Amino acid sequence: MSKRIDVKDLNVYYTNFLAVEDVNIEIEAKSVTAFIGPSGCGKSTFLRTLNRMHEVIPGGRVEGEVLLDGDNLYESGVDPVTVRSQIGMVFQRPNPFPTMSIRDNVLAGVKLNSKKISRSDAEDLVEKSLRGANLWNEVKDRLDKPGSGLSGGQQQRLCIARTIAVKPQVILMDEPCSALDPISTLAIEDLINELKNEFTVVIVTHNMQQAARVSDKTAFFNIAGTGKPGKLIEYAETATIFSNPTVKATEDYVSGRFG
Amino acid sequence: MSAVTTRNLPKNSSRKPGLTPNGRKRNSLSKGHLPRWATPGIAAGSLILGAAASTLGGFSVVTFAIFTAIIFVVASAIITTVVEGSRRGKNALATHLVYAAFLLALIPLVSVLFTVLQKGLPGINMHFLFHSMNGVTGAIDNASVENGTPVLGGAYHAVVGTLLITMWSTLISVPVGMLTAIYLVEYGKNGPLARAITFFVDVMTGIPSIVAGLFATALFAVIMGPTARMGIVAAVALSVLMIPTVVRSTEEMLKIVPNELREAAYALGVRKWRTIAKVVIPTAISGIASGVTLAIARVIGETAPILVTAGLANNINVNVFGNWMATLPTFIYYQILTPTSPTNVDPSIQRAWAAALLLILMVMVLNLGARLVASLFAPKKGR
Ligand SMILES: Nc1ncnc2c1ncn2[C@@H]1O[C@H](COP(=O)(O)OP(=O)(O)O)[C@@H](O)[C@H]1O
Ligand SMILES: [Mg+2]
Repeated sequence: MSKRIDVKDLNVYYTNFLAVEDVNIEIEAKSVTAFIGPSGCGKSTFLRTLNRMHEVIPGGRVEGEVLLDGDNLYESGVDPVTVRSQIGMVFQRPNPFPTMSIRDNVLAGVKLNSKKISRSDAEDLVEKSLRGANLWNEVKDRLDKPGSGLSGGQQQRLCIARTIAVKPQVILMDEPCSALDPISTLAIEDLINELKNEFTVVIVTHNMQQAARVSDKTAFFNIAGTGKPGKLIEYAETATIFSNPTVKATEDYVSGRFG
Repeated sequence: MSAVTTRNLPKNSSRKPGLTPNGRKRNSLSKGHLPRWATPGIAAGSLILGAAASTLGGFSVVTFAIFTAIIFVVASAIITTVVEGSRRGKNALATHLVYAAFLLALIPLVSVLFTVLQKGLPGINMHFLFHSMNGVTGAIDNASVENGTPVLGGAYHAVVGTLLITMWSTLISVPVGMLTAIYLVEYGKNGPLARAITFFVDVMTGIPSIVAGLFATALFAVIMGPTARMGIVAAVALSVLMIPTVVRSTEEMLKIVPNELREAAYALGVRKWRTIAKVVIPTAISGIASGVTLAIARVIGETAPILVTAGLANNINVNVFGNWMATLPTFIYYQILTPTSPTNVDPSIQRAWAAALLLILMVMVLNLGARLVASLFAPKKGR
């Protein structure tokens, strides 16, 4: 239930603006990889190319290859919908569907696609996904209440439950804790540690302690100046990035001596 | 801690400087303040002065109200300025002018409702609601006036016609309008076709209703020959008026659905059309429903396009695909313009007012229905 990702010579554009240039990276299956770097260096942009969400934005296009266990996502004939059902995504702001109950939010991937599912299978899937997101005990008594009535941290875990309910191979998270309080952040970090037993996890974060706490490997992105493309500067074991980086810019950034 | 407590105590208790008569310390940050009863007091004074002023030129309710309002607005502004300062004074002036404008705007509404209720209620009864004008002639009206018996003839056929024609025009314009709006927001983005459609929808918004009626007549004349007059032609004419309103309101509602929800659905591997059908539209449905209601309310009172498309009937016709049909507005129009009995017009006028009351009631029921729909479908809140 998890696959590796290899990115080869990837350039990412918004219409004619080159936002991310020439990324090469290998992400292992069942690992947690953190993307760090200053704002605007293209972490979110790059992350969204990994499940073809980038092209949803008008003018968004890429050059290069992203291989999911060897299969290029950008080969002609690949359906982005299939890609996204294998590579799920959790967004910066929790975004449960406001018209749906907690239960229906978890089942959204099934129900929105009008897939047939028996009542008992649905119940099992809801419980398993909510347990997987460490949310079951908090919401099991109010599954029929709207998802928007939960706290921010609970909503974000609901979004994670919704993502794991479609059984993806990879889960991408774009600053999943940046809108949350410290307690909820800890809950999500614990969850990420458990998720990596089953999934390949890629997380963008602004918080370097968080990267150090949750990730196996860390990729540092940087940008030479406004209007310049973002680049992958250094990619290594998290311990190496934080204690013994090879590039000066990485050292400056992780030690807070940046800019 | 102790600094805070001592600051709240009077510094020199023997002389007690700056104490108000009721013994509280005067706050150096606050200015003079009008007592609570000031506004009602000024209002009462203005009423008396207004009454006095209006009797000078022969008392009437209108001059009394106008004088009272002017005196109240001016007096309260001056008094507030003197006591509380000029910023408060301007605030009082602006506040009271806003209230006055609100009351002014309310006058036509209340007056219309009052007049229609007063003149329409006597005509509303079971006979009026469930009978048509079939067979009601001038002689019958004359007889009922001379013998003092109840007025015969009703608006049942017009109610049926209004409901059917409005229903058919809704059935035509809601799918067309909603699909157009979906194209504009979800697919067309800002492409040339989308811009062209937006332009023509704007043009359509300004079409005079009689022109829409003539268009529908001409259209059906081409298809079915020049004398084709029936309910469906009227429904087409009304759709021409409804579609731009439906497109516009649906478009606005779809635009305010946050993009995050679409992306959340895409990220779960949901196709675009399913995302639109199952996430975007349900999120926006309450707004769309009230937009459609407004569109219906706009056309339900149309008279001219009905006359040139569905003609006028005195009998009940439930078939929109054949024969002439009456609606409440055309019924009212003809009862007033060509009373059934030219010598005794009162029965016709009574029927017209009763029909007007029915029409208002229908629009109100429609609005309540839309609110119900809106609250049923609205994004769920609460825990
Ligand atoms: N929708 C967009 N259209 C055009 N440019 C964009 C868009 N989103 C982001 N960008 C640009 O792409 C670059 C990278 O942005 P982003 O990926 O959001 O950075 P990060 O997530 O690292 O803060 C920035 O220069 C930003 O201005
Ligand atoms: Mg970002």
